[in-house]
Amino acid sequence: MGPIGENEFFFLMQGLKWTVLLAIVGFIGGGIFGILIALLRTSKTKVARTITAGYIGVFQGTPLLMQLFVVYYGVALLGIEVNAWIAVAIAFTLHASAFLGEIWRGSIEAVPKGQTEAANALGLHYVSRMKDVILPQALKISMPATIGFLVQLIKGTSLAAIVGFIELTRAGQIISNQTYRPLLVFGIVAAIYFIICWPLSHAGSGLEKRMSKAVR
Amino acid sequence: MGYRFDFGAVLDRAPELLWASFGTLGLALAGMLLALVIGILGVVARTSKSRIARTPVIVFVEVVRNTPFLVQIFFIYFALPLMGIRLNPTVTAIIALGINGGAYAIEIIRGGVESVSRGQIEAGFALGLHKADVFRLIVLKPALRAIYPSLTSQFIMLTLTTSVCTSIAAYELTSAAQRIESDTFRSFEVYFTVTAIYLVISTLMMGLFALISRHYFNYPTR
Repeated sequence: MGPIGENEFFFLMQGLKWTVLLAIVGFIGGGIFGILIALLRTSKTKVARTITAGYIGVFQGTPLLMQLFVVYYGVALLGIEVNAWIAVAIAFTLHASAFLGEIWRGSIEAVPKGQTEAANALGLHYVSRMKDVILPQALKISMPATIGFLVQLIKGTSLAAIVGFIELTRAGQIISNQTYRPLLVFGIVAAIYFIICWPLSHAGSGLEKRMSKAVR
Repeated sequence: MGYRFDFGAVLDRAPELLWASFGTLGLALAGMLLALVIGILGVVARTSKSRIARTPVIVFVEVVRNTPFLVQIFFIYFALPLMGIRLNPTVTAIIALGINGGAYAIEIIRGGVESVSRGQIEAGFALGLHKADVFRLIVLKPALRAIYPSLTSQFIMLTLTTSVCTSIAAYELTSAAQRIESDTFRSFEVYFTVTAIYLVISTLMMGLFALISRHYFNYPTR
């Protein structure tokens, strides 16, 4: 058994840095594509709706771990010389865009129909109607679910450990193997995830409660 | 792009993938059952009057829901032997899945139980219904109907989560995929195929859940 000293802690913090970066990249990338998915999914074109429904279905119906593997080896097949980081970031972006797209589709549809009709009556065209009328309201409605998904995404980044990426969980695994103190190390790792995720979960459910009261 | 796809190498191992699919289904079903048991017991404790019963459940739910499954399964995998319990990876995986799913089930079931209004129960008694009938018709069935969509989608999530159990070498699809990959070096083909199998499994499950719902909850609500 070895002690958990400064070096081990520093190594964990290095891992944490990558966990946070992966979550941020996945969330921002997923957010940008997610808006696009949500807009296509609620558009008038049937082909666009069908394709995005399939896209969402595939990502929600398969394990995140498999998505990581497929993208990881798929990107390598394209012959592009990429490091693990970019492959994993692409996978998280695709994954997050499907889930955020579905969440935001729901909130766009939750905006009362009268709002669209009023915007049409005012002669607003599609871009302005979406940007100025529908999306701001949809964004507000989607906040609890969006924060909830962010928590899922942060936890999900731990799976990058299985494709050989040294983030928080993998760093914990390495230290656990070196020091033979799995319970202490994984306890610390779990505590770090908890410290990040718990305030977010709390904010999400708090918002949800506030909003359900406002509706009543 | 000079790569030649070779799915033949994967198809040769089709029987192995089929058996591993049953492994995945077995893990998922056992995990769901355990999650349901933990969920129901948890709700009983969570809604009891005693603070000592409520607090551990609240802590359990918050901790499990705010930490990754991979860390949980590692923790359980290493903690059980220290407590003198030696279990094979498959049983360990089922326990981990049950604990993880159970924490979500507690919150979902609690929401359902609380959704049945007091007045409905009183109305049932006023109509002269027996206590058992009040529970079955007025409490249980509407509560089940209310939680059915979130509970079943949580079960689909649990099924997909079984893939992470490869990290402790439980017998299921992803571990079979990794085995076949290291034998054939056809990484992309293997993972692509197995992803498709997962999609089939989760789609079939969704269909089955929808069918049950249509059959059992087919009465109008208003």
